[in-house]
Order: sequence, then structure tokens, then C-alpha cells
Amino acid sequence: MRKIILSAPIITALAGLGMPASANDDLAKMGADGKQWVMPTGDYANTRYSKLKQITAQNVGKLAPVWTFSTGVLRGHEGAPLVVGDTMYVHAPFPNTVFALDLNNDGKILWKYEPKQDPNVIPVMCCDTVNRGLSYGDGKVFLHQADTTLVALDAKTGAVVWSTKNGDPSKGQTGTSAPMVIKDKVLVGISGGEFGVQCHVTAYDIKTGKQVWRGFSEGPDNELLVDPEKTTALGKPIGKDSSLKTWQGDQWKIGGGCTWGWISYDPSLDLVYYGSGNPSTWNPKQRPGDNKWSMTIWARNPDTGMAKWVYQMTPHDEWDFDGINEMILSDQTINGKARKLLTHFDRNGFGYTLDRDTGELLVAEKYDPAVNWATKVDMDKSSATYGRPLVVPQYSTEHNGEDVNTKGVCPAALGSKDEQPAAYSPDTQLFYVPTNHVCMDYEPFKVSYTAGQPYVGPTLSMFPPQGQTNMGNFIAWDGKTGKIVWSDPEQFSVWSGALATAGNVVFYGTLEGYLKAVDAKTGKELYKFKTPSGIIGNVMTYEHKGRQYVAVLSGVGGWAGIGLAAGLTKPTDGLGAVGGYAALSNYTALGGTLTVFALPQS
Amino acid sequence: MSNTTGAVGLFIFACLLPLGAAYADGSGDPTAVSNKDGRYLDKAGNPTYKVQPDGTVDWYTYSGFRRYHSECHVCHGPDGEGSTYAPALKNSLKTIGYPEFLSIVATGRQNVTTAQENVMPSFGENKNVVCYLDDIYVYLRARANDAIPRGRPPKREDKPAAATKAENDCLG
Repeated sequence: MRKIILSAPIITALAGLGMPASANDDLAKMGADGKQWVMPTGDYANTRYSKLKQITAQNVGKLAPVWTFSTGVLRGHEGAPLVVGDTMYVHAPFPNTVFALDLNNDGKILWKYEPKQDPNVIPVMCCDTVNRGLSYGDGKVFLHQADTTLVALDAKTGAVVWSTKNGDPSKGQTGTSAPMVIKDKVLVGISGGEFGVQCHVTAYDIKTGKQVWRGFSEGPDNELLVDPEKTTALGKPIGKDSSLKTWQGDQWKIGGGCTWGWISYDPSLDLVYYGSGNPSTWNPKQRPGDNKWSMTIWARNPDTGMAKWVYQMTPHDEWDFDGINEMILSDQTINGKARKLLTHFDRNGFGYTLDRDTGELLVAEKYDPAVNWATKVDMDKSSATYGRPLVVPQYSTEHNGEDVNTKGVCPAALGSKDEQPAAYSPDTQLFYVPTNHVCMDYEPFKVSYTAGQPYVGPTLSMFPPQGQTNMGNFIAWDGKTGKIVWSDPEQFSVWSGALATAGNVVFYGTLEGYLKAVDAKTGKELYKFKTPSGIIGNVMTYEHKGRQYVAVLSGVGGWAGIGLAAGLTKPTDGLGAVGGYAALSNYTALGGTLTVFALPQS
Repeated sequence: MSNTTGAVGLFIFACLLPLGAAYADGSGDPTAVSNKDGRYLDKAGNPTYKVQPDGTVDWYTYSGFRRYHSECHVCHGPDGEGSTYAPALKNSLKTIGYPEFLSIVATGRQNVTTAQENVMPSFGENKNVVCYLDDIYVYLRARANDAIPRGRPPKREDKPAAATKAENDCLG
């Protein structure tokens, strides 16, 4: 490992000399005017904000579908297509088909790629065979297949340029996340938190597919890619063996901390950001310790993987509150001081704002009032529990122990938000957040580990917060103060990624299948259209031949499709209203379709 | 495999002929006729559930509820109700009998068509499943017969000493 770290800067220096512009510069430039959608996250900052403003709060009511495209796959469709030049790249869940569509020719199929994968990967994918999308760079399209193959396709022809294996599905390692092109590398995470995988983020050379570095979420320092003296947590060096000390024996080897979310990048600080997921198993009694660095925000150097800072949000997880949700980078002023910020809406129900240069914690507030497992995050720098959530014993599955049913924990294991990404508008300085409004009972018990088999270990049942009928909200959030500005209730969890635009319109999808447009300032609903299936994809926009389009994949599934298909469990008869237990299967059925919207041409 | 399937076929045939109209249960009449150390059996000798008039369930049904929601629900949805991803087992057990249930869980199942690729893995080597196969079966059997509602059974019999012993022996 050391050898790689030492040589990486030299490789980068050489690459810099050899190439007129790195893929990174190209991509940032290509995406700048909003006409193309060149990254799965919209931009490096993960804002999902577009400068396009042909569609405005005034005219969005006239929006209409203009063309559609079926992926031919019935499973849950997460992510969003890319638009590069005159071509749209559409991906699908397993078998992970990729289509290149010609925008100049009514979406005619330019090429199609369908990998051959062993169907035995299907059952080791926790919670549906989703895929969160493609990346583009250096004339190639990158796909992270279910079987963890990372493949580079020629963007013009679909021919395989290189292919590499990121993991081993027979051990429960799978691919669901979108790769991210940063500089001359392709970064990719891995899934398998329910199968006891020791998870990591890995960087591959964009030209050859050769592995450059791999940083694990738990393990010895040389596997974490940390410097005990220079890598910090809440302003202090993490010290030697920071992870090993927080696990019993070698449990870190099956420790989870998976990395199936989104990756963001700040070119000026030259840091990449992502979150790690739950420690394995879900039974906290079986893995004493803080289980570092699961549930952690990571800031790493993209060339070497070396971590600059880490922040663990949920030490010793007791509820499956994965920390993988996106890190949104913004520049705003807090207390009169201009700050480079990172904002993150965690599964655990807290919205965090940190200084993304230093990892200093600035704001941590609940973005759903129902959140009850912790009273707050300790913000007192002199406190022994600084930066930690103050857990309520009543809702602590560790405190209550094995074989005890801990009741009424909010949020549920789904989190107040899952992978469905939020958006940020620099115009309003607000974050637009799709949320879940669901609570749970959670009973942990002992489980044994078998490679390639589920390693979970609680029983859980889910229901809406007491006395409430809506299972979701779409909210606007002020990350500077940690306050909800407005909140639109939704019958089901909002499991679709949001899009903010310069037209003062924010878009999102619903599990019933509606694409909705709301006023960015007030949340007032301005338009809705019911697409063929429930939406767990992310809304995107692009401009082609002078016309602005909005597109979204529908195709219900994922965790939402598993937990909500049949409706939630009634905790006690008579509590809550019928609407709170509505079965999603009464509203929508399977099927992957892309729907593209535009304003009528005059 | 063919042997097993044949036996299952005959078995279901035998059970369903006299009782088919009365019970939508792949193993026939689920009524418990005997109790050995808290484990209930139907008249054909298959494991079954026992629900008291006040809603108290036998230990194994309760244990099955827990194990189902640890191992099975991430695909098959809560309470055996199914999901967008995998079938509702409370319906499957209306036609699948006990031996076939054991066979599917142990060896897995593939149903790959041009429209769908449904794959269930083999759980034959997963102790969290194998050691609780009967528990999961009687829980789902109770769900298939609407003998218990959705959610956690509110009351249960005490854990029999035999269950603790079997658990320890199986988990090793």
C-alpha cells in the first residue's frame, strides 16, 4: 500500500503534463451552462441545480410529456440518465442494460450494451437489483454492474474499452452505486452491508482500468488510508489504530461500512467526499465499540486516497442508519463568515452542515420533527461527547438489549432520508430534501456469519409516526441555521432525487408515480403528471436545440418497494388513520420507463 | 431433485383431494392435533401453529415471526405480504406444502423469463435460516391461514427448554 501512496503524486504529475486538460476540467466545463447533464450528480458539488430557466414557476403548469422510452426491465429504477452532446445515456437495473439514444433522431437507439451476468448475484443484492447510474469522461461511459464489474464503454460505439472486477458477489459484494469520474480516475464504492462485507472506495485509472488506490471503511491504518497524525476527526488527529480499537477482535473484517451512495468533489480543495454505511450486523450487542469508521463522512485526496478528515455521525449504530447519503457542497455565509460548506441529510434524521475544508461541525439539527432516538447532537466543544448524538435510552436497542422489542423509534431503518438525493439552489440558498416520515419497532437478536449470506439480525416493523397519515414530506431546508423553511406532506415516502433550477422551480417524483413541480420559494405545487410507475429515480434536465427538457426514470422498487408495497404494519389498532397504512401496490405497478417533459412549442 | 418433487406432488395430491375446498394450505388442515414440548403438529405430522382465543401464539410461531423479519423480509416484504421484488409467501404457502417449502429454502429457486429474473438463493448453509426452518414455516403457515394478523404477535407461550436446546445444538 505504501508504495502506491508514494508513487501516486508522481503519476499525477506525469499525467498532468501529458494531457492537455484532465477529464475533470472537461466535465466541469461541459456541465457549466446546464445544457448537458454529464454526471450522475449533476455537478461535482452534488447540488443537482441547473442554470436552465426556460421552464419557470410561471409557465411550468403547461409542461407536458413529449417522449417516453421503455428500458424493458421491471425492477426498481434509481438514478438518472446522462446527456452528453446530442446523446442521452440511459441505464437500467439488473441486467444493467445501457442505451445510447440519439436526441437528434427522436431517441433512436445508437447502441445498446447488455452485460452477461450470473443471475446468482440477484439474491445477494439487499433490497432489489437497483443501479444508480452511469458516469462519463474521456470519451467513455462507465457502468458499475451488479456483479461489481466496472466497465468502460466507448461513448460513440458502446464497445468495451476496459473492464475490471471491483469485488466478489459470492461473498455478498455487489455493485449498485454510480461511479464518479474525478480527474484522471474513476471512483466507485461497493454494496454488501447486509452481508458482512468490509467495504471500500476504490479509484481506477480512467485510461486503463488499473486500480490506483483503495480506502476501506474499517481496518488497520494502511487499509483505511489515513495518517494517524494528520487525518483529523472534529479537529483532532485520529491517532494510531483508530478503527481497530473500536471493534472486538477481528470483527472489522466483516464490518460493513459500505459505500453505495454518491461522491462529491471540490476541485479547489482537491478533496472527494462520501459517506460509509452501517456496521454489520444490525444487532449492536454483537459488535461492541464505536465501530469506526462506519457511519462516517470521509474527505479524501482523489489522487492518493489519503483521508484529510473523518466525522462519524452515528457511533455504534443500533438502528441501521447508514451514512451513505450525498454530501452537497455549497459556499454560504454563516455568522457573517464566508464558509465552504458540506451539507448532508443523514439516515439518522439529522441534517449536518460542516466546514468541508476542516471537517468542523457547524450545524446538526433534525430535519424531520418526528426524529426521537437522540435528543440532539452535542455541539459543546469542551464536552466529552462533543459531536456525538445524545441517545435516548428508551429508543436504544443496545440499551434495551437482545430479544427485546424497542418500540416507536423514529426514523425507521429506512432513515429520514435514504439514497434519494436532495438538491441545492444558490438562488434561494435552500436545500430541497425528499424525506421519509416512518417509525419502527426494532428487536435485535444473535446471528451467525456465513460468507455470502445475509448477516442482519433484528426483526423490524414500520409504521407512520403516531397520529399521522403521511409517510413522507418534501421539505426546503436552511443549512445555515438547520431549520425547515417549508414542508409538503406526501402520502408515501419521497424516494426520488430532487432537481432545482434557475427557473425558480424544483422537481421531484413520488412513489405513486407523479412527477411534481413546486415553487422553490414556497413549495406550492405547480404541476404534476402521473408516469407509468412509481418514481425512485432522480429528476434531471437538459437543453437540446434550444428547448429545455426535464426527464425522470420511473419504475417502482428498491427498499421503498419492499417496505411499502404491501403497506406498513399497524402498530396498534385504532392508532393513526387508514391513509398512513396505504399499500403502494394499490397505486402503481412495476415497469421501467423514461418520461421526458417540455413546454409546448408555440 | 426429481425424487423429492415426485414425493411432494403425491403428498399434496393426497392432502388436497379430501380437503382442498376447505383449506387453502399446501399442507392441508393446519389444525394442531398434538403438542410435543411446545411444538405443534397437524394430523399429517407437519409442523403447525397454535393460536389461543386470546391471541397467544406458540413459541415457534413467534420465533418464526422474528426470523422471517430478519432473514426473509428484505426480499419478501413485511408479514409475508410480498414486495415489488419477491412474491407474498402468505399466498405461496396456500399451494406449497411443508416438504416443498424445505426444499426451496434449502436449494434456492430461479424463475428467469424474458420479462423477469427472480432468483432465490440457497439458504442451506445459513444457520440463521436452517436452524429456524420450522419456526419460519409455522409462522408463514399461520399467515397463509389468516390465523394471525400482520405485525408482531402480541402474546406468546414461553420458550420451551427443547427450543433452547435445539437452538444451541444447531448454531453450535
